[in-house]
Amino acid sequence: MSPETKPDFLISPEGLRVDGRRPDEMRPIELKVGVLKQADGSASIRQGKTYIIAGVYGPRELHPRHLTLNDRAYLRVEYRMATFSVPDRKRPAPSRREKEISMVIANALKPVLFLEDFPKAVVDIFIQVIQADGGTRCAAINAASLALADAGIPMRSLIPAVAVGKADGKLLVDLGDEEDKYGEGDVPMAIIPQTEEITLLQQDGSFTREELMEAMQMGINSCKYLHELQKEALRREYVKKTPDNGDDDDEDDGFEDDMETDLGEAELMEDE
Amino acid sequence: MAVYFQKREVVVPGQLLAEGRYRASFGTYDEDGKIFSSLVGLAELRGNTVKVVALEGAYIPKEGDLVIGTITIVAGNNWKVDIGGPYGASLHANNALRRPYSDDISEYMNIGDVIAAEVIAFDRSSGPFLGMKGRGLRVLQGGMILDVSPAKIPRIIGRRGSMINVIQDHLNIDTMVGQNGRIWLQAPSTEVLRLAIKAFKTIEAQAHTSKLTDRISEMLAEEMAIIKGSSASEKEVNPEEVSVQDDSSDIKSESELEPEPEVVTEAEEEKPVVVEAEAEVEEEEEDEKKTEEVSE
Repeated sequence: MSPETKPDFLISPEGLRVDGRRPDEMRPIELKVGVLKQADGSASIRQGKTYIIAGVYGPRELHPRHLTLNDRAYLRVEYRMATFSVPDRKRPAPSRREKEISMVIANALKPVLFLEDFPKAVVDIFIQVIQADGGTRCAAINAASLALADAGIPMRSLIPAVAVGKADGKLLVDLGDEEDKYGEGDVPMAIIPQTEEITLLQQDGSFTREELMEAMQMGINSCKYLHELQKEALRREYVKKTPDNGDDDDEDDGFEDDMETDLGEAELMEDE
Repeated sequence: MAVYFQKREVVVPGQLLAEGRYRASFGTYDEDGKIFSSLVGLAELRGNTVKVVALEGAYIPKEGDLVIGTITIVAGNNWKVDIGGPYGASLHANNALRRPYSDDISEYMNIGDVIAAEVIAFDRSSGPFLGMKGRGLRVLQGGMILDVSPAKIPRIIGRRGSMINVIQDHLNIDTMVGQNGRIWLQAPSTEVLRLAIKAFKTIEAQAHTSKLTDRISEMLAEEMAIIKGSSASEKEVNPEEVSVQDDSSDIKSESELEPEPEVVTEAEEEKPVVVEAEAEVEEEEEDEKKTEEVSE
């Protein structure tokens, strides 16, 4: 067993957390889109020490056939932790916890996807936790949502997710591993940012009604911040793909007509 | 009444695009009179219709599409055809052959044959169904298949075929562009074939930039001059000259290509010739093959 010990305090006398963050401060987050070449869409997220990669395939033909839904695509999520992602080797067989988290992630993402555009097909999301340091299900949702957008799956919005928790009686945003383990509670949540609709809300530990309401408000604020990061990561990837040819920029007037007609009048999407 | 995006701006899902009396179309959705993007792509306004040109995505069949597919199963009176994307297509013998035809339809087309066909029916509950009665729809003999992202096909074709015409005019090759992201190519020489592949890959990588047709045309003209020059007088082929060309901006941009898996399959030759074949250019070739079969 790893020699992990409970830290003396989760909130220091100065009011800071074990890693020196303020209660409402998130860990540094790095989002990347298009990290896998083979997948139709992919994204990775680093959130503190947590590192997760998500790959999306599809819409594609569904096997086994009996899972087929006649009115929409089937959303298949596979959340898996690498054996080396945690201090004590995780046994490679799919655990109950992984299956549950897969289901929870699917349910968190489903409300925004226009799955009815692809009846009988399947959209596969594979999530691999490379390194786990708390908050993996929320980080996984953030990455999976970006990967879906990268794959060109139509959706109402990106989905940001964050965990809010309680340690030493204080509410904390974006729990780290120790705060999760030794703290008093954990509320992972995911929202649709425009409407603040909640697509994921779980809780362990005990919260008073007031605490929970406050925790959710903190979560919503953090999610909105995350949503900005997601949008930026996505735009960055696609703007980068536009080759920056100097001659193009000079001809702004030429840009207008040539572009519009060329792409617009190609008959493919014309009659929509 | 307001529009919240620049022309051809990269937008992300959930981004508010317009408000008021605008109509949502491809890549967008309408919620309480507000139009949002549902894709990552380039936003465009045409009249009062807002649309987002997708940059990624699987092939979803549409009636009237020309597609290039591979036969995977011969089942009674049907061929099952892989056209890429989530939906496998089927082609009924009645939609491909002139009656009367033999009971064993694998005589005409068999597993592994690559065909150009048209989507004649597709809706949410059934299909897609293909037909091969149209002009130029046939088994594709020889040449090769190039896979590109289906989302880039409109650009490869260009406005009323402007782009594809440029390529065909410059290179003098046979091509067939399927809406499902497959391009069939047949070129007189390997150099020209390589150049054609490069042209298509360049278009795919730079699909959302302007003046692309002109740039491609320029590039093709330059490279064709080199190829012609080298074939005319072998001695003049100077390796340095060629490498200088390689440093040009066209090639640089090609290296920025998303390295999507490019499955480049050689279409097998010597397959039975389909009855409906309407090829004008390849008639001689096909005759040759017919005689081959007879001799077998």
